Amino acid sequence: MSNESSTKSGSVKTGEPIIKCEEVHKWYGNFHVLRGVNMDVHKGEVVVVFGPSGSGKSTFIRCINRLEEHQKGRIIVDGIELSHDVRNIAAIRKEVGMVFQQFNLFPHLTVMQNITLGPIYVRKWNKDKAEEIAMQLLERVGIPEQAQKYPGQLSGGQQQRVAIARALAMQPKIMLFDEPTSALDPEMIKEVLEVMEELAESGMTMIVVTHEMGFARAVADTMYFFDEGQIVESGTPEEVFMNPQEDRTKLFLSQILQH
Amino acid sequence: MTSLTPAKDILPPPTERSTVLGWMKKNLFGSIGDTILTFVAGGLLLWLIFAIVNWILTKAQWAAVTDNLQLYMKGQYPASEDWRLWLLMFLLALIVGMAWGIFLKRAEAVGWVLLIIPVVLAVWLITLHRESWWRFLVVDILAMLGYFLGKRYPKKLARPTYILLLLYMPLVILVVRGFGENGFMKLVGTNLWGGLLLSLLLAVFGIVFSFPIGVLLALGRQSKMPALKTLSVIYIELIRGVPLITLLFMGQLMLPFFLPAGITIDRVIRAVVAIIMFAAAYMAENVRGGLQSIPKGQYEAADVIGLSGWQKMVFIILPQALRAVIPVLVGQFIGLFKDTSLVALVGLLDLLGIARGILANPSYIGRQLEVFAFIAMIYWVFSYGMSYASGRLETTLGVGER
Ligand SMILES: Nc1ncnc2c1ncn2[C@@H]1O[C@H](COP(=O)(O)OP(=O)(O)O)[C@@H](O)[C@H]1O
Ligand SMILES: [Mg+2]
Repeated sequence: MSNESSTKSGSVKTGEPIIKCEEVHKWYGNFHVLRGVNMDVHKGEVVVVFGPSGSGKSTFIRCINRLEEHQKGRIIVDGIELSHDVRNIAAIRKEVGMVFQQFNLFPHLTVMQNITLGPIYVRKWNKDKAEEIAMQLLERVGIPEQAQKYPGQLSGGQQQRVAIARALAMQPKIMLFDEPTSALDPEMIKEVLEVMEELAESGMTMIVVTHEMGFARAVADTMYFFDEGQIVESGTPEEVFMNPQEDRTKLFLSQILQH
Repeated sequence: MTSLTPAKDILPPPTERSTVLGWMKKNLFGSIGDTILTFVAGGLLLWLIFAIVNWILTKAQWAAVTDNLQLYMKGQYPASEDWRLWLLMFLLALIVGMAWGIFLKRAEAVGWVLLIIPVVLAVWLITLHRESWWRFLVVDILAMLGYFLGKRYPKKLARPTYILLLLYMPLVILVVRGFGENGFMKLVGTNLWGGLLLSLLLAVFGIVFSFPIGVLLALGRQSKMPALKTLSVIYIELIRGVPLITLLFMGQLMLPFFLPAGITIDRVIRAVVAIIMFAAAYMAENVRGGLQSIPKGQYEAADVIGLSGWQKMVFIILPQALRAVIPVLVGQFIGLFKDTSLVALVGLLDLLGIARGILANPSYIGRQLEVFAFIAMIYWVFSYGMSYASGRLETTLGVGER
């Protein structure tokens, strides 16, 4: 926290952003979920998205890897514009990893199989190489001894760390996290956040939807406050926490920082 | 002291001492009402068992069964070619024994029951003065041999066992049907296939082919491609709206009108196709139930790691969906096995067809009860076997889940 002026993760906000969202709109039927979202994310930048429930945070980050389709505006990821072109979608999914609130591990496969499935069948690595890298990742997230277990035999925190390892195994350039700690018991939140902090420090480009403000303060380069499908306010953690400009931001922060 | 050994404070759960008397007191004679019910139900049960055993041993005349054992088992299949069927039995015993040794590893009570059945059959045949009794003992010996080999060399034999299992069905057709006009393995036309042999062949082929077709139909019904989806829905709903017997009659009577003159399709094949078509539609609906039980998050997680549509289905969705519906599917397999008896109504001589044929013989007038009790028992043994195997499969596959 000493170098307030440059970004925490050391990324430089110049040149072409790796993710570029321009005036993104989306509707569910008549319901206007995203109302013109603009966001540029640079390589190595750590972005925290927060805001009230139902404000469209999940919908927005799911548009970035095309789990949801936007209907207006442009999203460009690593130079590829998201469109109906299936090849573009496949290309982007190789570059973007995602971690879900509910882990979504494959319950019928072991931890090792969960992690190596993508590398073997999508990246086409041979099994030995995939398993070697999976072991390294399990060590990185601190649970190498669980490799042969099934997800159902692990605690929530361990499952979420496996999910992070599974996403990293594809060697993505960008990681998306949708409330990764919201389904966890309090005592397990820390172990997952530590893994994410280490990842942020290693230079990974990350978009994290979270209400863990301690995490945001420690690693975020930019914070975006979402409300009713729009970005109401953005800035560095210092700007957002110390000097929020909008009333809605102030109100929301006062509510979540109370406890 | 206590602070050093806190573990000592942890008490084991209280154990209920269970004795036979204790169990009976609790479950059978807990109250006056229970006691009355126990006596009434117990009395009825005893009376029923006595009546049945009495009928089997003293009243029933089993000639209609014992005179025609060959017919029940294999219909008109020529006696000179019996060795082919026994050869297949022997091979099956060996394969099952090996698979048991490799995958289950333990002998288990069921294993013993399975081994006792051929012994009982052999003893029965001896009392009937049949010469073929020793063949059942060969079946047992081969099964045990397979078991010990499988247990001893599980790694080496796993692959050959899989291959044998896969090859077994085509081999059955080749050996049962044969080839060439005469000589070694001469052709035995399907018109001579019958009895349990035919029933089992119909059931096994019905199951083995309707299953993948059903899975494809279920996937088709879920598909985003409108043409595929519509076709699947139409097929499923059409077939489900028609009784199997109608399909069988259509296959036997109407199909010849649609085929060009001179082309005939074997009657057994027509029946089997009707059974497969019928079962596939129901299979599709059951599999669809399994597919719907898979949470959306599983699809998304597979998408996110970049799996293609087919990879997603094969590696993630289907294994979970099928596992969820094993009991339903096995129930359907059992139903299918019993439904094969409908082919008797279109003139095929399966187990039921043979039974009806035998009862038409004037010397067996009035022996319906014996004959139907006998074939009912055969159907029951196989159906219960499938049901039991499915229970085992569920527990085996359930290991380490959730
Ligand atoms: N598949 C859907 N169909 C219809 N409405 C949806 C769907 N998914 C989300 N919504 C609605 O869109 C709004 C935004 O949802 P979401 O992006 O999940 O918000 P957040 O993640 O910020 O809580 C909510 O009001 C939600 O009810
Ligand atoms: Mg959300």
